[in-house]
Amino acid sequence: MPEKVLMIALSPTMETGTLARWRKKEGDKVSSGDVLCEVETDKATMDYESSAEGTLLKIVLPEGGQAKVGDLIAIVGKPGDDISALLAEAGGATSPRAAGAKAPLAAPSTARPAAAAAAAAAAPAASAAAPSHGARVKSSPLARKLAEQKGVDLRSVRGTGPGGRVVRRDLDGLAAGAAAAAGAGTAARAAAPVLQPGPGDQVIPVSGMRKVIAKRLSDSMYTSPHYYLTVAVGMDELLAARSRLNSGRDRKISVNAFLMGIAARALERHPRVNSTWNTENILQHPTADIGLAVALPDGLITPLVRDCGHKGIAAIDMELAELIEKARAGKLAPQDYTGATFTISNLGAMGIDEFTAIINPPGSAILAVGAVRKEPVVENDTVVVRQRMRITLSCDHRIIDGAMGAAFLRELADMLENPLLALA
Amino acid sequence: MSSITFREALRAALDEEMERDDSVILLGEEVGQYNGAYKVSQGLLEKYGPERVIDTPISEEGFTGIGIGAAMAGLRPVVEWMTFNFSLQAVDQVVSNAAKMRYMSGGQFSVPIVFRGPNGPAEFLGAQHSQALQSLYAHFPGLKVVAPSTPADGKGLLKSAIRDDNPVLFLESEMMYGVKGEVPEGEHIIPLGAADVKRAGKDITLISYSKPVRMALEAAEALAADGVDAEVIDLRSLRPLDERAVYESVMRTNRCVIVDESMPFASVGSHVAWLVSRNCFDDLDAPVELVSGEDVPMPYNHGLELAALPSVDKIVAAVKKALYA
Repeated sequence: MPEKVLMIALSPTMETGTLARWRKKEGDKVSSGDVLCEVETDKATMDYESSAEGTLLKIVLPEGGQAKVGDLIAIVGKPGDDISALLAEAGGATSPRAAGAKAPLAAPSTARPAAAAAAAAAAPAASAAAPSHGARVKSSPLARKLAEQKGVDLRSVRGTGPGGRVVRRDLDGLAAGAAAAAGAGTAARAAAPVLQPGPGDQVIPVSGMRKVIAKRLSDSMYTSPHYYLTVAVGMDELLAARSRLNSGRDRKISVNAFLMGIAARALERHPRVNSTWNTENILQHPTADIGLAVALPDGLITPLVRDCGHKGIAAIDMELAELIEKARAGKLAPQDYTGATFTISNLGAMGIDEFTAIINPPGSAILAVGAVRKEPVVENDTVVVRQRMRITLSCDHRIIDGAMGAAFLRELADMLENPLLALA
Repeated sequence: MSSITFREALRAALDEEMERDDSVILLGEEVGQYNGAYKVSQGLLEKYGPERVIDTPISEEGFTGIGIGAAMAGLRPVVEWMTFNFSLQAVDQVVSNAAKMRYMSGGQFSVPIVFRGPNGPAEFLGAQHSQALQSLYAHFPGLKVVAPSTPADGKGLLKSAIRDDNPVLFLESEMMYGVKGEVPEGEHIIPLGAADVKRAGKDITLISYSKPVRMALEAAEALAADGVDAEVIDLRSLRPLDERAVYESVMRTNRCVIVDESMPFASVGSHVAWLVSRNCFDDLDAPVELVSGEDVPMPYNHGLELAALPSVDKIVAAVKKALYA
């Protein structure tokens, strides 16, 4: 029996994948675990490991082609197997869906809502006519029930059971936040009108990463009530400590590594800041897994260093350097950027004095870091010159009330001003 | 409470019920003068006399039919089969008469009778004498089937079986007669149709009955060492079946392994697996697994015999499969 090889979700948020490169040719032997091809997801290029065994009979999706999660990309079987039925079924399943996806975009929805509604109504009918088992995801009944409760699309979950079956453990990691986010995202999409391009407007196609940024940050902004706290921090001692630490080192330890290490220690003392709003409860996390926003040519990504509270500054810096390098090469694996419990965004290098950042779920606070500047400061009724930096904490008010956020930020500022306090 | 063997617990139940009710009689091969092939009825002939403890000829169909007739006439006979393998001689009496009489007489006759004896493989007995025949009897409406796993359950269930107004098949095991356990003295009644949680757990439900319950408990201990917290449910009664206890457990653990020493085809185990699959469908995270005897006539070679039986290793492997571990 020839077996279908389907596009699978290679990142938690992937909906479509672009085939970067086939590593096997038609006629090649394939064992379970072999890398079949490389797929560009919304965030990185990932190896696609085969779960099927046999011979690669047919490549359906050529290099450069795009496929939705669940679409047929290849067929594996025994030489001589009849694959015409599978190919016919895939042809029937994919084309109407593509047509359905295009219809709402083609309709001038703001100008003529009636026509848009008609087009939208027609689209599901067209896809309903297509055989649906082409995109069927194997899953346990319990997983299906949980996915429905959480509002998670099973096609976006990577199954770890036999034959790729989605089972409970594959859904356990997904907080109900995913459900809230999905719900809010749907509402936002429904509300946002699609404008017709005006004269001279340049239409720029949206990359997968841009879509994820748009969705995640809108979801965060719409669902979590943000408020902001700013404090100016004296940096003379930390910068002096850093230069002492860096003297004689080939690679200098970055200020960001200090920020992450010290923030982790402040989180240890204010553990509620290191938690996730989980609709029915609050998940307080045992380790500070701190993400750092990294700018990319077309977007940004937040790789994270896990358990910063139990790592030295040099170790954090080393990990950070590797992650940033991977991020820029588009080689981050999902576990490298998923699940930050706290995030830091530093625009100091761009000369920004202070700013507010949008919380990066599942965390419930983000620290926006401005530039270090020499400033006149009044000390003992005398004006002295000090190096100062402004940091702004965005808090999710569902978890962190004002006094709690302020206490955390005050302690963090004190530690940054006097790094020895972090050891106390 | 005293620690006694399974055979002593059954004897206590028989003795107490014969003491309590003159209509209770015991008949079968060697139950009187020889004190029972497995010494369950030791001392009863001496105490109750040959009118109530009756040695029969070696003719299962005959004495089973006599028992059924006596039940129709108002007695409460306990028929001992030396083994359920010999009951195959008497199947027509049980299935066509005992099971159907109340229904076909429109309630004019009831058949308050217990058929009891050892059932299931017991090592070195060969293919013909190693059969677990519960699914045969559980198949027929009109029969109750009981299969305890501990001396206390044996006593409480046998007393209920004797007092029941319907035919009850009471399954014992050669391998269990010498097993000791705490048994309450005097009146101790366990209703038919109530399962028992022999070990509470949260990760997976092991369902068994009769002799293999001990194996399931051993497997649960082995799994505990690996951090798996297994619940063990002893069905105790196959007909009526305590479905609620089974579903409540599976809905909590989301996984189920059934351990049944009979052959797998159309067995009590496969039937319970179907019930769980149907009634707990949305709560299952993995297919229901069945650890059964192998689908072969029992080999006489002891190595092969052990390989054909359920084992702790087989149960642990099935649990790991259901846990995707």
